[in-house]
Amino acid sequence: MSKRWIYITPLLLTVGLGFILFTAIGKDPTKLETARLNEPMPAFELPELINAERLITERELTGDVILLNVWATWCPSCRAEHDYLVALANKGVPIIGLNYKDERPEAIKWLKKLGNPYRFNIFDPLGKLGFDLGVYGAPETYVIDQFGYIRYRHVGVVNEKLWLNTLEPLLLKLQNKKS
Amino acid sequence: MMNIKFWLLINLLLLVLTPFKAYANIDLYTFKSEENRQAYLELTKELRCPKCQNQDIADSNAPIATDMRREVHRLLEEGKDRNEIIDFMIDRFGDFVTYKPKVNSATFLLWFGPWILVLLGLISILIFVKHRSSKKESIHIQDIPDDTSSSSEHKKVEKLLSSYTNDKENDA
Repeated sequence: MSKRWIYITPLLLTVGLGFILFTAIGKDPTKLETARLNEPMPAFELPELINAERLITERELTGDVILLNVWATWCPSCRAEHDYLVALANKGVPIIGLNYKDERPEAIKWLKKLGNPYRFNIFDPLGKLGFDLGVYGAPETYVIDQFGYIRYRHVGVVNEKLWLNTLEPLLLKLQNKKS
Repeated sequence: MMNIKFWLLINLLLLVLTPFKAYANIDLYTFKSEENRQAYLELTKELRCPKCQNQDIADSNAPIATDMRREVHRLLEEGKDRNEIIDFMIDRFGDFVTYKPKVNSATFLLWFGPWILVLLGLISILIFVKHRSSKKESIHIQDIPDDTSSSSEHKKVEKLLSSYTNDKENDA
């Protein structure tokens, strides 16, 4: 009886390893874990993009469940998702922008030309808040709940599929949470 | 003749110029102490660039790697030690960011998986060998005829033997 196990064990190990490797097929290795998941927004104090006199802190990201969209004019994928963000904003989805490592005049020009889906924009030319969030490329989109906690992070373009499958259900779920 | 001299000169010039090309990615940082400089060099080789995943941040030209080098420098000069700086990076970019991830529930298999497999292999070899040798021993014991007891088997064998010799006699 024990002899049979000796022959079966390597087979089981091989099948197990095969299974583990198989599940990794198709996984995008450029998508990293979100170290800040379920943590509060890191503290910051940065000016607004259009109204440079206005200072924004992490406290202004509380109250509503919002999307925080990291964007820049130098980022082609941000251009690709912009129209969809405008469409979401027109539906009433609250989006706040984090203008990441960009130049103010360029960014303002971009919003004037392509439409402004953002309630307001945090202007982060040195990428300081971006660094604290673990942003390693734009675009990225975070879901921040009404208490200022990071609940989701998406690296890459926001599109209809992501909205319908992931973001909208999550937003609805979070909006119904009371504590 | 003129041509050869010209080419030699060009080659010499190229040879002289090459070393200057190799230093494209050196930031100009000054350090309070030699230890800090050494720690900076070690840390930037141990931290992994999140954007260009198979490069350390010392080796990478990605903007995020530049930012990370700047932060490593700043934290070192503020008097933070190695572990604090690595934790600072893990807080932002996750376990991925270090080439030597910390031992926790998620990295346990990564660190100890190979050793567990080696151990399993050794145990199975031991069981296998022991199983085999104990089987041999038992066969060996059965091979020795038990002279002191007059078991039924013994009798059977004697009967068979005698019948065999009888047959032989009959054949002859």
